[in-house]
Amino acid sequence: MINRAKIDLAVGFFVAIGILALVFLALKVGNLVNFSMSEGYRLETRFDNIGGLKVRAPVKSAGVVVGRIEAIQLDSETYEAVIDLRIAPEYRFTKDTIASILTSGLLGEQYISLESGGEAEYMKNGERVMKTQSAMILEKLIGQFLFNKAAEGPGTVK
Amino acid sequence: MIGALLNGLTALGSTVTRRLERLGLAARFSLTVIMVLWPALRRTPLVIREVYFSGVRSISIITVSGLFVGMVLAVQGYEVLQRYGSADSLGVIVSLSLVRELGPVVSALLFAGRASSAVTAEIGLMRATEQLDAMDMMAVNPITRVVAPRFLAAIISLPLLSAIFSAAGIFGSYLVGVKLIGIDDGAFWSQMQANVDFRLDILNGLLKSVVFAVAVGLVSVFEGYHAAPTAEGVSSATTRTVVTASLAVLMLDFVLTVLMFRGLM
Repeated sequence: MINRAKIDLAVGFFVAIGILALVFLALKVGNLVNFSMSEGYRLETRFDNIGGLKVRAPVKSAGVVVGRIEAIQLDSETYEAVIDLRIAPEYRFTKDTIASILTSGLLGEQYISLESGGEAEYMKNGERVMKTQSAMILEKLIGQFLFNKAAEGPGTVK
Repeated sequence: MIGALLNGLTALGSTVTRRLERLGLAARFSLTVIMVLWPALRRTPLVIREVYFSGVRSISIITVSGLFVGMVLAVQGYEVLQRYGSADSLGVIVSLSLVRELGPVVSALLFAGRASSAVTAEIGLMRATEQLDAMDMMAVNPITRVVAPRFLAAIISLPLLSAIFSAAGIFGSYLVGVKLIGIDDGAFWSQMQANVDFRLDILNGLLKSVVFAVAVGLVSVFEGYHAAPTAEGVSSATTRTVVTASLAVLMLDFVLTVLMFRGLM
């Protein structure tokens, strides 16, 4: 029979390793420190078409992650997609910022890119990004290309 | 002809009744255990002793299995990913599969085999040697004294073991992926951090292992407490614990996965 103190020590050691493993998972594997969804301020954007954008997709500026997408809804009157962005408190964007939907790499995930303009005033919580550029839809581009080719007449298509 | 049919029906009926009776017994037993959890938790030395036997003694098997599962995932994942030129996301694949699924499930299965079977055998033997009845005679409630501490120990140990398993697995995949195969160190970790969410992935994985701990713990103490008081009864109860607990873990995992991650599909 092992004595009491030794058991206590071993259990303490076990709990410490377990908590250490959890901390490792939270800090090194997960993104707990980077950015939590509840901090920061909210911006609203509207797009005609968001393509394959998903909730929690990153918001980047100059390639740096500055926030995440919090919610995606459809405005049932204008038929625009309304997207709420959650931006980290340390980043500020001017009133004439342009929001566009881009794809990382050829087949990568889609994200929103914010490009600040030259205006002096910064956007506050709940404000709306006025200038937006929709996602590039590959099928539409191909359709447009074919349509243009057809319009040029049968003789020009080789 | 008709006699054989009637015999068959009778056998079927008695099987169903016996099963239902056992299910009811299990439900009532679970309720009794849960009712005495608080008084049992206040007798900490008993719980700590059981955490030592179930949890601490399982650290080595959990760490070694986690390490090797992580290493195998790295080799297999790399083999497929490099065909698509995205070997850099190896860290994402390994960490998501470990944190969401393999960590909680495999550690629960190992725990059922390593610790819960021992708990069943111990309680079953106490039943067979009439120690439980002796406690009852001395006005010591055997459920508070024997059953509840072992159940609590499972709930405390398994989530911690599952975290250790996942951490060891990710370390194993780091060893194979970065040190052996030569994936870029920075890409391995940064892609992992960008795609693993603390609440969605890590906390859900932890929640899974708590549910598994409740299931495995209840099965093991129930089978032990209601084992037939013979050598054969104890051995068959131990077998039943491992089989029932493993099946319960796998089925619960499917249900929990659908509930937790269906929104992502």
